[in-house]
Amino acid sequence: MIRFDGAVLRNGGFSLRADLTVLGPGICAIVGPSGAGKSTLLLALAGFASIGAGRLMIGEQDVTALPPAQRPVSVLFQDHNLFAHLDVAANVSLGLRPDLRLNAAQKSRVQQVLQHTGLQGLSARKPAMLSGGQQQRVAIARALLRDRPVLLLDEAFGALGPGLRREMLTLVRTVAVEQNLTVLMVTHEPEDARAIADHVLFVAQGQVHPPLPTAEFFAAPPRAVADYLGLD
Amino acid sequence: MKVTGWVGIAAGLLILLSCAAAISALIGASGGAISVSGADFSAIRFTLLQAALSALGSLLIAVPLARALARRRFRGRDLLVTAMGAPFLLPVLVAVLGLLAIWGRNGVLSALMESVGAERLNIYGLTGVVLAHLFFNIPLVTRLLLQGWATIPPEHLRLGQQLGFGPVERFRLIEMPMLRTVLPGAGLLVFLLCISSFAIALTLGGGPRATTLELAIYQAIRFEFDLPRAGTLAMIQTGLCLIVAAVTMLIARPGEARAGMIHPDPFSPPEGRVLDGVVIASVAMFLSGPVLAVILRGAPALLELPYGVVEAAIRSILVALSSAILTVGVGMALSIGLVRMAELRPRLARVFEAAMLLVLVISPFVLATGWFILLRGHVDPFAIALPMVVTINALMALPFALRAFVPAVAMARRTDGRLADMLGLTGYTRLRHVLLPHMRGPAAFAAGLAAALSMGDLGVIALFGSTTTATLPLVMYQLMGAYRMEAAAGAALLLLLLSFGMFAVIDRLGKSHDPV
Amino acid sequence: MLRTTALFAALAAMPAQAQELVVYTYDSFTADWGAGPQVEALFEAECGCDLTFVGTGDGAAMVARLQLEGAGTDADVVLGLDTNLIQAARETGLFAPAPTDLAVPALPIEWQDDTFVPFDWSYFAFVYETYALDTVPTSFEELAQSDISILIQDPRSSTPGLGLLMWIDALYGDDADQIWSDLADNIVTVTPGWSEAYGLFLEGEAEMVLSYTTSPAYHLIAEEDDGKATAAFEEGHYMQVEVAAALADSDQPDLAAQFLTFLTSAQLQSVLPTTQWMYPAYEAEVPTGFDTLQSPEIALLQSPEVAAERRDAALAIWQDALSQ
Repeated sequence: MIRFDGAVLRNGGFSLRADLTVLGPGICAIVGPSGAGKSTLLLALAGFASIGAGRLMIGEQDVTALPPAQRPVSVLFQDHNLFAHLDVAANVSLGLRPDLRLNAAQKSRVQQVLQHTGLQGLSARKPAMLSGGQQQRVAIARALLRDRPVLLLDEAFGALGPGLRREMLTLVRTVAVEQNLTVLMVTHEPEDARAIADHVLFVAQGQVHPPLPTAEFFAAPPRAVADYLGLD
Repeated sequence: MKVTGWVGIAAGLLILLSCAAAISALIGASGGAISVSGADFSAIRFTLLQAALSALGSLLIAVPLARALARRRFRGRDLLVTAMGAPFLLPVLVAVLGLLAIWGRNGVLSALMESVGAERLNIYGLTGVVLAHLFFNIPLVTRLLLQGWATIPPEHLRLGQQLGFGPVERFRLIEMPMLRTVLPGAGLLVFLLCISSFAIALTLGGGPRATTLELAIYQAIRFEFDLPRAGTLAMIQTGLCLIVAAVTMLIARPGEARAGMIHPDPFSPPEGRVLDGVVIASVAMFLSGPVLAVILRGAPALLELPYGVVEAAIRSILVALSSAILTVGVGMALSIGLVRMAELRPRLARVFEAAMLLVLVISPFVLATGWFILLRGHVDPFAIALPMVVTINALMALPFALRAFVPAVAMARRTDGRLADMLGLTGYTRLRHVLLPHMRGPAAFAAGLAAALSMGDLGVIALFGSTTTATLPLVMYQLMGAYRMEAAAGAALLLLLLSFGMFAVIDRLGKSHDPV
Repeated sequence: MLRTTALFAALAAMPAQAQELVVYTYDSFTADWGAGPQVEALFEAECGCDLTFVGTGDGAAMVARLQLEGAGTDADVVLGLDTNLIQAARETGLFAPAPTDLAVPALPIEWQDDTFVPFDWSYFAFVYETYALDTVPTSFEELAQSDISILIQDPRSSTPGLGLLMWIDALYGDDADQIWSDLADNIVTVTPGWSEAYGLFLEGEAEMVLSYTTSPAYHLIAEEDDGKATAAFEEGHYMQVEVAAALADSDQPDLAAQFLTFLTSAQLQSVLPTTQWMYPAYEAEVPTGFDTLQSPEIALLQSPEVAAERRDAALAIWQDALSQ
């Protein structure tokens, strides 16, 4: 469960009001016009944007003042999730130890996770030798290894073609269920939300609206949402 | 446009030809065979040693400075980063005088050292030369590195935070890979610039122990009239520069410059804050101290400058304006020629442009010496000293002008060119209404740059200057030689004001909106 | 382009005085406090012409300057070469014989030269502040073994620099390299000319500077400061005889000859001790104060021919020793 209590999120000169609860585990899609603050919401959750007023609870824990590394959260960005000079195994291993000194047990866990995310045989490759989809799989593998209850996707698959995107969403769905994750994903495609989200959350005009069940959201959208989606 | 283009190409060929002629004259003078004496070897050794130390020192100081500037925000940060661009226009001699005021045996630091019972400092020789090179190159490298830091994706910084990177991991995994791509090129660039150092070695070098190749060429001509030796040294110098330039081009990978301004890392880690502050403050003091010293010492003397200084200043302004006009005229014609050539024979145009940039690698001394040998017996080099200085200064500014002009000309042809074709605009009308509006900004920038560089240059004029042709830097050098430090400081301040003033005024002409 | 050409023309504006005598000399001669202004005033009053001094750095670089300019040089007279440079200057073939009716020089040595006219002389010596040195060296070896900091001039550009080269060569010959390498760590810097070195010394940049036995007279007479002295070397001091000569291609040969004659006149010679701070080369009054100066027991001087012959080898030794 994620709860924003009368929170004001700040990112540069931009501020966003949030007062809502997202129930977990499950997948919640975040939609809204560009520039509305969707990314700010994720950045605030991960600890990269400051919370000016109010507080943020994840589970039973108040994380308002916690530094990013101590939050129960992993993020996937659209790009630059991997370090170009490290191979796949090392990029994943960073999820366990930043200094990369892994013991035998940890090394075998890395291999397991790579196997699980369909990356077997690629562990010695550098990111430049991987496709866009494979790169995001590596990032997912690392998130799995970190084993944090909340996973944030910041348009993580926005640069992929429709087929590949669908494939990645399915992978996310699978791991979310397996690991009991709460997933928040920013997306530009209402399709993605319809495909895997349990809830949908709308951000517009400096305000985060409380999430609605996906079917309800699309069936009877509030006025602003309808305008955004281009429905009458 | 067509005619202008041809004129430009012809001018370009003339430049390349006269460079080639200068070099072949030197080969002729050196007798073709290179015989190197012990003193020449020590000049080569000192040139390489001081350049290596200067490059290394610049990197060692610029890395923590750029790192601190990249991740901290504070009042005056932007001003500081902008000021880092200023040494490019700062006349070398002004900096030398300022450095002497701080680091010299009678400088502020020596007085401090003595008051705590330590020895006074001796700046002459290797120390002084390297110190002056650090003064000029730390800012340059810092700016290059800041661009490097700007290429680090913010995502990586955030990932680092999320994955709990400490300072060590942060450096090893995020910053080091960037530095590996930026540092070699930056280091080689500094190395190249320091190999061709003349004015600094002339003023702060001391005797055979601290003589650079450029200084040795000057001495061979001015002290001993030993043209074969000057020719040999000039060959070595050119060879060295070409090798370093070639390696630089091979190594330097074009960095993926990110759009937008250099953004300070908004998540400045709390650790190292004090250290960053110390680094920024001490380098800022190192860089601003000499300039402040010149201003403070020069201001009282500014009102009672000797007549010779005023006369030299007027001469220098004329030289600077002439070389600015020459740079812009030749540069513009040449850019039109290059752009038209690129449309017809793209590969030839690229080779031609690269050759023009190589002119920058040939030292002004080498050119002047070569031309002197060619013209010897026909003209008195001292009589044509100023035209020679104007020409060589314009040549040195030309590569910068081309870098600004070629894209502007290409843009003008792409956008308004088609419209002009349709309307049948040709000749002067076309130049006036189609090309010039696009060229205004770049032309003013290049003219300002050329004027400022020419204003502060102490190179060829030291070789062939005399009382009747002395420019402001040369007069200032003579005042320093005669140890008339008050007058020299006044001249230095005047030189400083004129260099930056000319750049600012001319550059602004390009930005105003009313047509001139 | 047209505008640029016009600017070039303006820049290359030539001095166009009708009766002008151009004299190339070293920088310190032309300085406000040097002999130049007085010489100019006196000679212009006599000749009714315009005398222009052109400072070309220090004396030794003047020969190269003339070679650079060749026969087309503006110079009518060159003032400030010394015996060590006479041979090299003669070999350029640029100089004209001096007037034959000049006075006989009153030098410690015999003088015979049909081209180069001596006008003053002194001994090279290291000047120091008496309060600053406890032990004053009495030979090059003592100086080299001490940790006294010294300033010297470049022998390629400066006559004192070349004089020191010849001084050490006259004393040590082929063993000069040892003295030079021992001296290397005493040398703060090598300046291109005398003015730079002396200026640095006065600013306190070193304990000793290569100058002349007559230099303390300046401080004594002009500044009433008796705190400067020269170190007396028992092995002897090298002499400098400064000379002037007319150029063969001068467009003012008569004025040039008149100037050389003027240089030897009693009127000018009596001015030199308190402007050049050197001994006059002809019979002339020497002011009080000069009697307090060090007078070397042994005077050294190589003939122009020997000096020219030794110069290149001595220079190579100097460069090698000092570039280590």
